Amino acid sequence: MSHANGSHATAGPAIEATDLSHAYGAQHALRSVSLTVARGSMVGLLGPNGSGKTTFFRILTTLLQPTSGTVRVMGLAPHTASHAVRQHLGVVFQDTALDDELTVEENLRFHGALYGVSSALLAERIDFLLDRFGLTDRRTAHVKTLSGGLQRRADLCRGLLHRPKILLLDEPTTGLDPAARHAFWQTLHTVQQEEHMTIVLATHLMAEAERCTEVGILDRGRLVVQGPPAQLTSDLGTEVLLLETPDPSTLQDRIEAQFGVATQQVGTMVQITEGAKQDLLTSLYDAFADQISSATIRKPSLEDVFMAHAGYHLNNRPAASPITTPANARS
Amino acid sequence: MHAVASVAALWRREVIKFVRDRSRLLGALVQPLGLWLLLGLGFQQTFQLPDAGASGMNYLEFLFPGIIALMILFTAIFSTISVVEERTSGFLQVAVAAPLSRTLLVVGNALGGTTLAVFQAALFFVLLPLLGFSVGLPGLALVLTSSIFLGLAFTALGFGIAWRMKTTRGFHAVMNLFLLPLWFLSGALFPAEGASPVLAWLIYLNPVSYGVDLIRQGLYWPAEAPIALAPVGLSLAVTAALAAVLLAWTVYTVRQPLYGEG
Repeated sequence: MSHANGSHATAGPAIEATDLSHAYGAQHALRSVSLTVARGSMVGLLGPNGSGKTTFFRILTTLLQPTSGTVRVMGLAPHTASHAVRQHLGVVFQDTALDDELTVEENLRFHGALYGVSSALLAERIDFLLDRFGLTDRRTAHVKTLSGGLQRRADLCRGLLHRPKILLLDEPTTGLDPAARHAFWQTLHTVQQEEHMTIVLATHLMAEAERCTEVGILDRGRLVVQGPPAQLTSDLGTEVLLLETPDPSTLQDRIEAQFGVATQQVGTMVQITEGAKQDLLTSLYDAFADQISSATIRKPSLEDVFMAHAGYHLNNRPAASPITTPANARS
Repeated sequence: MHAVASVAALWRREVIKFVRDRSRLLGALVQPLGLWLLLGLGFQQTFQLPDAGASGMNYLEFLFPGIIALMILFTAIFSTISVVEERTSGFLQVAVAAPLSRTLLVVGNALGGTTLAVFQAALFFVLLPLLGFSVGLPGLALVLTSSIFLGLAFTALGFGIAWRMKTTRGFHAVMNLFLLPLWFLSGALFPAEGASPVLAWLIYLNPVSYGVDLIRQGLYWPAEAPIALAPVGLSLAVTAALAAVLLAWTVYTVRQPLYGEG
C-alpha cells in the first residue's frame, strides 16, 4: 500500500497548489490560487508587478509560508520538507546571482558546493552546461567582463548545476536585447528536453508567455484564467475588436443597449470579443462615429486574453489598485 | 560533508573577492594606519599616562593595540557591507533558496571575514619592532587569539546588521552611530583610569575593551602591561563570550523569516 502511494507521488504533478492565499498584513498578495503544473511542462505566469508572481515563488522556495491553502512540490510540502524541496528547485531571478569579481567557473563551483554537488559531478556539469550555453571559452573570464546576455546565460548554468527537477524563472530576460533573449530561450528549450525539466516562468512579456505550454494570468493575486496559449486566444473567437474612445463607459453602455453584445472596458478602449466584427464595426461607425477615435480588428493574442480577463492593459495597470505591494516585496 | 564544502566555499568566496579588490585592502589598512600616525604623533607631547610610574610609554605605543582592533573592525565592515544588496538582488537571494542552513551561511561568512581581518592585523605586526616591542610566541598567540575573537564578533555583527538594513546608507549610519563608539569607548584612545567616572564605567562595561586589553597584554607578555584593564583570563573570557554572543545573535537574526508573515 505504502509502495503504491509512493509511486503515485513520483508520478504526480510537479507542482500542485490548492486554494493558496497569502497576505502581507492586510495586503493580499495571493488570493485562492489553484494551479497544477504537469511534469515536463513549461508554465508561464503572466501578470504585472504586484500580481503575486514573486509571492508564489517565495512560497515554492520555502521562504514564505502561505496564509492558507496547500502546495506540493514534487509531492512534498515546502514548509515541512524544505530541504528536499529546495534540492528539487533551480532558481534564476531577474538579478544575476553571480559575483562580478569571480570568474564564471569560480561562481559555478561556489554555487555547486552550496547545493551539495560532489566535485566530480560538478566538474562534469560545468563542462556540459558551459558547452550547451556557448560559454566554454568564457570559463575563466570574470563575470563583470561579460555582456548582459552572457551573464544571464551563465546565471542560468548556475541554476541548472544540481539538475533541478523544476526551474523557477523570475523575469529572467529583463534587460536583454531581442537577439540575446532569443538565444537564451533556444538553449533553455534544448536543455529542458534533455533533462526532462519542468519550468515555471514569471513574466510580464507576452512573447515569453507564448513560448509556454500553458499560461496562467495573474491579476492582483487572483489566477483569472489558465490554459494553453492557443486555447486561451481561440476562446476569444477568431477576431477581437478594439475601439479607442474618449469616453469608454458611455460608449460601452450604448453598444450594449443598442446592439446587445458584451463589451469589456480596457483603459480608454472598449474591447469586443463576440459577434462578427466586420459587420458590427460598420454598424458601430454608423451609430457612434463621433465617439470612436480609432478601431482595430485583429486575431486575438495573449495581450487580448489578458485584457479580456484583467480589464486593463498589461503595461498599464490602473493606479487605484486594491493591492499594494510592501516595500520589500517585488511583483 | 555538504556542510563543510559549503562553509569552505563561502570562506573561499570572501577571500578571493578580497584579494581581487585592492581598494578594500587599502581602505581597511590605510585608514587605521593614518589615524594611528595622526593621533600618535599629534598628541605625543600632550599625552600622559595616569600612572606616572609607567613612564617611557608614548602615545603611538599606547594607541597601537586599539589600532589593530580598529583595523579588524573596518575589515569586518567592508566584508559585510555587500550583504545589504546581495540579500535582495544577488547572491544571497539565491543562497537562501539553496538547501543550505542559514547558520552555515553566517559561519562561512564570519570565517572568511575573520581570516581577512587577522591577515591584515598580521601585516601590522611588522611594525612591532619599530615600536620597541619584542613579542614572544605566547604573547603573539594572545594577540592572534584576541584578533580572531574580535574578527568573528565584528564580522558576525556586521552581517547581522547588514541583513536587517534596506540600504547601504542605513548600514553606514549604524556603523557611525554604534560600531565606532564601541571602539572609542574601548580604552583604545584613552585608558579607563584617568577618564571621568562615567566614561571609565562605559569602558568597563564595553566588551570590546577586553579584546583591546587582550591585545595590549599580549604585546607585553610575559611582563605586565603598563595599564591593563583586567586579568588576562577575564579579558580572554569576555572577548570569547562577545564572539559567541554576536555569532548567536546573527544566526538568530538570519534564521528569521525573510518576508513579513503578516
